[in-house]
Amino acid sequence: MSEHIKVSGLKVTAPTGDNDEVTIVDDVAFAIPRGEVLALIGESGSGKTTIALSLMGYARGGCRISSGSIRVGDTEVLSLDRSGLRDLRGRRVSYVAQSAAASFNPSKTIMAQVTEAVLIHGVASRKEAEIRAVELFRALSLPEPESIGSRYPHQVSGGQLQRLMAAMALITEPELVIFDEPTTALDVTTQIDVLLAFKRVIRERGITAVYVSHDLAVVAQMADHILVLNQGKVRELGKTAQVLKQPEDSYTQTLISAITPCRRDTGNEATTEQPLLEIRNLVAGYGRSDKNGMPAMPILKDVNLTILRGRTLGVIGESGSGKSTLARVVAGLLPAARGEVLLDGEPLPGTLAGRSKDQFRRIQIVFQNADTALNPSHSVAQVLGRPLTFYHGLKGNERERRIGAMLDLVKLPATVAGRRCGELSGGQKQRINLARALAADPELILCDEVTSALDTVVGAAILDLLVELRRELGVSYMFISHDISTVRSLCDDILVLYAGRGVEAGSRDTFQQPPFHPYTELLIDSVPELEQGWLERSRRPVAPVPLVDGVRDLELCPFLDRCPVRIAGTCDQLAPPRVVLSDGSEILCHHSEAELLLPPRDYAMAAQR
Amino acid sequence: MKSVLFLILRRIGTVLLTLFLVSMVVFSLSSLLPGDAAQQLLGQSATPEAVAALREVLGLDKPGHLRYLDWLRGLIVGDPGISLANDLPVAQLVAERLPRSLLLAGIAALVSVPLALTLGIASAMYGGTRVDRFLNTLTLTMVAIPEFLVATTLVLVFAVKLNWVSALSYAPPGASFGQFIAAYALPVLTLFFVLVAQMARMSRAAVLDQLSQPYVEMAVLKGASLPRVVLRHALPNAIGPIANAVALSLSYLLGGVIIVEVIFNYPGIASLMVDSVANRDMPLLQTCAMIFCAAYLLLVLIADICAIVSNPKLRT
Repeated sequence: MSEHIKVSGLKVTAPTGDNDEVTIVDDVAFAIPRGEVLALIGESGSGKTTIALSLMGYARGGCRISSGSIRVGDTEVLSLDRSGLRDLRGRRVSYVAQSAAASFNPSKTIMAQVTEAVLIHGVASRKEAEIRAVELFRALSLPEPESIGSRYPHQVSGGQLQRLMAAMALITEPELVIFDEPTTALDVTTQIDVLLAFKRVIRERGITAVYVSHDLAVVAQMADHILVLNQGKVRELGKTAQVLKQPEDSYTQTLISAITPCRRDTGNEATTEQPLLEIRNLVAGYGRSDKNGMPAMPILKDVNLTILRGRTLGVIGESGSGKSTLARVVAGLLPAARGEVLLDGEPLPGTLAGRSKDQFRRIQIVFQNADTALNPSHSVAQVLGRPLTFYHGLKGNERERRIGAMLDLVKLPATVAGRRCGELSGGQKQRINLARALAADPELILCDEVTSALDTVVGAAILDLLVELRRELGVSYMFISHDISTVRSLCDDILVLYAGRGVEAGSRDTFQQPPFHPYTELLIDSVPELEQGWLERSRRPVAPVPLVDGVRDLELCPFLDRCPVRIAGTCDQLAPPRVVLSDGSEILCHHSEAELLLPPRDYAMAAQR
Repeated sequence: MKSVLFLILRRIGTVLLTLFLVSMVVFSLSSLLPGDAAQQLLGQSATPEAVAALREVLGLDKPGHLRYLDWLRGLIVGDPGISLANDLPVAQLVAERLPRSLLLAGIAALVSVPLALTLGIASAMYGGTRVDRFLNTLTLTMVAIPEFLVATTLVLVFAVKLNWVSALSYAPPGASFGQFIAAYALPVLTLFFVLVAQMARMSRAAVLDQLSQPYVEMAVLKGASLPRVVLRHALPNAIGPIANAVALSLSYLLGGVIIVEVIFNYPGIASLMVDSVANRDMPLLQTCAMIFCAAYLLLVLIADICAIVSNPKLRT
């Protein structure tokens, strides 16, 4: 039998407060043939990471593998003693964690950490280990493979660190590698490079792997088999094609339908063309400002946007593009260095102190992480009651009645009012977070990555709620997200931010097919599709040769360094013009509309001219 | 590398500025003490004329800010004035006493720091086990007992009842090693009691904090042994907080030294300061206060530099 890994009857328990135990993984069984990849998929709390870690005989924070059998090759992992486990970990089974930034020791060099397992297990000499490491760096397409090892973790980017961690896991040539959400923390454009590198290494070396993820589209690219988990129990186990195409279990079907892009009907075509919020030539950033009023670290550079009354503007960009800074400026948390923010045609004061109570009321913000945005020891009634009293002077029965109405709006039962925020689930907290903003009776709600911390199914329900609220209350949203599919499904208008500049703006229809700005194109092409083989087929423009570093004019195209179709002599010399395309969208690019419609290879030819 | 130098220079600048501010506070506070040296020297029965004449001689009649500037200048060039009580230069008095205090503090630190760190790290390494609980109880008990009680108990047991060592601790120049140990055993043991507990607890907390980081789990999953995980992975990242804990504890040593020197009648700088308060000997008092403050700031500075140098984000 070619089963390499065989798990049966696995049960993991966690301690509860009162000397009792609760089962978090129950009766899980699966087998993986040698050289194949099994994906463990499920939402948070499904036990997928717990199962993956138990393959190394490891359980986190007080949890206990209470029964079952885990065989790696001929070894029964659960019967190993402490030194037996040490010999297994890092040598025969290795681990790639979710957050590379936290999983690298900040005070040791990368090379010391990558080669550590080799030295611990005495697999090879230090010199031999370093040669192997450089080979792996090269195989994982890391830049400067010879010298990257001498750097410290904070000196390389997140995507590189994630690949370095894979090198760390592969260096002892283990027979089983566990990938635990290895790309979840990455930007979508970086994720695809990392996935390609992982996939190639897995195939070339014939590694048996367990790939933990919540993202079915990613799993479709990586896995041969999929194990669907829900609350610690197996829901479905099968070949990738079968699970994706003919899911047998109802829970799997829910998961798949939650990520299938749907165009949410925004339902208010008859809105006035009256601008609610206008931003003109906004410059904002952090740090001390110089004598021209420019901040030391400018984040937003010359941003323009308009949100019409009753419409939704999606702001999309990768981490560090200035999305949240934009929300902070509109909310009055960060004064603009230059430019204006107009609400209903009236300029908004830059600081909180300068704004009136009514201006506060009209713009509300909903933060990404409801866990930290709500005081866990306040009751829901307190959280919702405060804006009602502050903005509308409601007290007593009147206030109670409004709190009930607010809960009804976000589809929570009225009994929730008496509970503490800390006792609620993630999705419930995000609803309370939204209800708190609605309690002020705002005209504009700034939604900063409101579904990013939620599971797919829960997040989709929140998006539906947003659409419904807009239909009922006529509020406008600025919907900030890193996920283009979410933005396309929800928003009327879209603004693409790159390095603090708006590179493309248009209605959502213009984001359905080309022409796009080259960055938008990269962004759209990088979103994995729920289809096997997409990763190999995805047309990846050749990564451009990096430009020679030097002082660069801020006026130049911000995407210059990564642009696959940049025109030598033009893009690195002249500021890009703002061009209005025939479909009505506006882009910041030197290319003509006709050139942007060409497939990437022909681009390069066009660029040569 | 350049930025590290800049960071360190900036810390040194802060230390100098703090010292300057402290000098103002010390000077104005000490002039608030009731009575003055002229009154103290001449006694209760002196005539007002005699007191006034002596004040003029001692320069006590000049306005406060002029006396401050004079004193500050003297402090900078290393001549902090003449002791009012016994007519000797303050510099000479301090030069005689300071090395002895430093010797006592040095021995106490030398004994306590390595032991405290070992206890703290061991306790973190075996967090939650019986070893940890035992060490916790021990250090907590030690922290709870005030040093004067420890000192008097030690004197009562070892000097008075058992008669092993002298209750007064002073090793004359040229004392043998045995005499030296006998003289320093009790005061060092007293200081050790207070110091060890604090440092051990704080280094335990610093290491435990690092042990909960994901990179430690990663090291465990690479198959690293417990000592390797703690010593090679967690400890280098805990150096900053540990250095700060050690600096704070050692600065506590200065306060501890006052009580210990008085109880064991040890001729150090702290007992000199206590005498100067009793005699209203302002120049001496002010100088001692400045020395204590400077020593404190120096310790904190060293801790800061340790933290900067041990952190690659700041170093590179």
